Amino acid sequence: MRNAVGREIPDELLRNGKQGYQGKNYMDGKYIQKASPRTRRYEKPQESKIVETLVDALKHCGAKDGMTFSFHHHLRDGDYVVNMVMKAAIEELGLKDLTIAATSLGNAHDPIADYIEQGKVTGIQTSGIRGRMGEVVSAGKLKTPAIIRSHGGRPRAIEAGEVHIDIAFIAAPTADCVGNCRGIGGKSNCGSMGYAMTDAKYADHVVVVTDCLVDFPNFPASVEAIDVDAVVVVDSIGNPKKIASAAARISQNPRDLMMAENVAKVIASTPYFKDGFSFQTGVGGPSLAANLFLEKYMDERNIKMGWAIGGICGPMVELLKKGKVQKVIDVQDFDLDAVNSINQTPGHYEMSASQYANPANKGAFVNKLDFVVLAALEIDTGFNVNVLTGSDGILRGAPGGHPDTAAGSKVCIIVTPLTRGRMATVCEKVVTVTTPGDCVDVLVTDYGIAVNPLRPDLIECLDKAGIPHVTIESLKEKAYSLVGRPDDLEWEDKVVAVLEARDGTILDVVRKIKPLEL
Amino acid sequence: MEILKSAAAGTLESSDCLVTVEPGQGITLDLSSSVMNQYGRQIKATVLETLERLEVKDACVTVVDKGALDCTLKARVECAVYRSCGASASNIPWGGAVR
Repeated sequence: MRNAVGREIPDELLRNGKQGYQGKNYMDGKYIQKASPRTRRYEKPQESKIVETLVDALKHCGAKDGMTFSFHHHLRDGDYVVNMVMKAAIEELGLKDLTIAATSLGNAHDPIADYIEQGKVTGIQTSGIRGRMGEVVSAGKLKTPAIIRSHGGRPRAIEAGEVHIDIAFIAAPTADCVGNCRGIGGKSNCGSMGYAMTDAKYADHVVVVTDCLVDFPNFPASVEAIDVDAVVVVDSIGNPKKIASAAARISQNPRDLMMAENVAKVIASTPYFKDGFSFQTGVGGPSLAANLFLEKYMDERNIKMGWAIGGICGPMVELLKKGKVQKVIDVQDFDLDAVNSINQTPGHYEMSASQYANPANKGAFVNKLDFVVLAALEIDTGFNVNVLTGSDGILRGAPGGHPDTAAGSKVCIIVTPLTRGRMATVCEKVVTVTTPGDCVDVLVTDYGIAVNPLRPDLIECLDKAGIPHVTIESLKEKAYSLVGRPDDLEWEDKVVAVLEARDGTILDVVRKIKPLEL
Repeated sequence: MEILKSAAAGTLESSDCLVTVEPGQGITLDLSSSVMNQYGRQIKATVLETLERLEVKDACVTVVDKGALDCTLKARVECAVYRSCGASASNIPWGGAVR
């Protein structure tokens, strides 16, 4: 079938009630039956759940062929835990046909590509997929198509039982002997552990992996001992230098700053920019710099931000400390300033991925969001955004919270340069639709601003404020006049990845790319 | 023009390309590009057109492209060719064969 964003979804994927994307809010009001895990009773008091090795923990949880292991990505590019666990399962226990269900995967997980090539790992469910893993999956070497979900789509799928986690592995910067975990107080701190929370509640078994054992009770806990089967103490769960950057720097690039200033202008022109407004921004150059310019408008009009959510970094913590934002609700931390602030700075709280972005619960934070500022690899004339596949058709990105915040917010602003090298960011048809155009409202580029015609109210706001804007078609033509009109990518039939919309319908598929023969 | 010796122009920086020309028989082109799937055909056409304009009939040309625009590709090919025949120091025919 052809879905609501014009993508052809193969019929063999549309079985067992699976549908193609139908448009924003299609599932509203429908019911879901929540899945429940089958968990072991620990009635007899235990002094400690510590086991010697990962292999012992795997055995304790009955690890066997065909299981699904879950991981969370707070340790980002510094993570050692995914590789460590998969090595123990595959090389020491000889397990095969394993599925990795991770909140995201990155360059740190290149060794997993070997297990995919060997046929040991046969399923991947994730938000991000990059590096060698992206390459081998794109080459069709994974036995089943990878399933790509947003940060809100994942807890939805887990709660609906579409992903059943046999063993969840929690990378814990600190844990006590029975498995109360926190993201702070250790040597590999990550701050918020929001993405691990749904996993711990819905997995049959939970194994905590830590490199800093602390006294019981490690409280307040992000992942609680009541859900934990075993605790393993290892030398190191990750490289602290790659977990959180020293400080997220605000860009000095004049192009970024110009775009950021225009983003702030657009925000300030809308009726939603009033005392108590809510806001999320990414940590990319122009998105983060938008904070700076927004602060000027807030001071000018003497208003404060009510709350901010998302992946959090230093500049947002700074606003909190200055009293310019009342509350910061945090699902992941990007730099040490944010890591060191969570649960320390008054008003800086942790939340779960479901609370952040799940479209199937009774009201995630994204649904109350006024503004979100996001980046894009590509955006097409239908305002559809791609943040997953490169212009070569290879998987090298992550939808993350992009589709969730875009759908939930009142105003979703995409900020991106018109071209990157020879790549036209504004194009006729994105390689993969990761955020549907009906959720995207404004595009800010270095060559002009375009507003989605679905939002005549915002067009009026910009006109009233005297902010010039053009059609997205004219931006695309400008881009092509600079870099040339690209040839269409050529694909084979084989589907290597399925991109689920946040509501569980199929938004797009990624096929195997045909190399260009000259 | 005749390619007398190996010569190169350009860099491997993003948005640039490294063009190497060597003596050869007929034109052979070895092209790799970070934007191969979308622009491979256009890059090839641009390089061949530029060689034709410079009246280069025999050359082994290697292009390692990092997303260079057409104007950059042309300039790098022109420069590599002129260097290869020792004609890059003076009397460049700006606006003539070199545009």
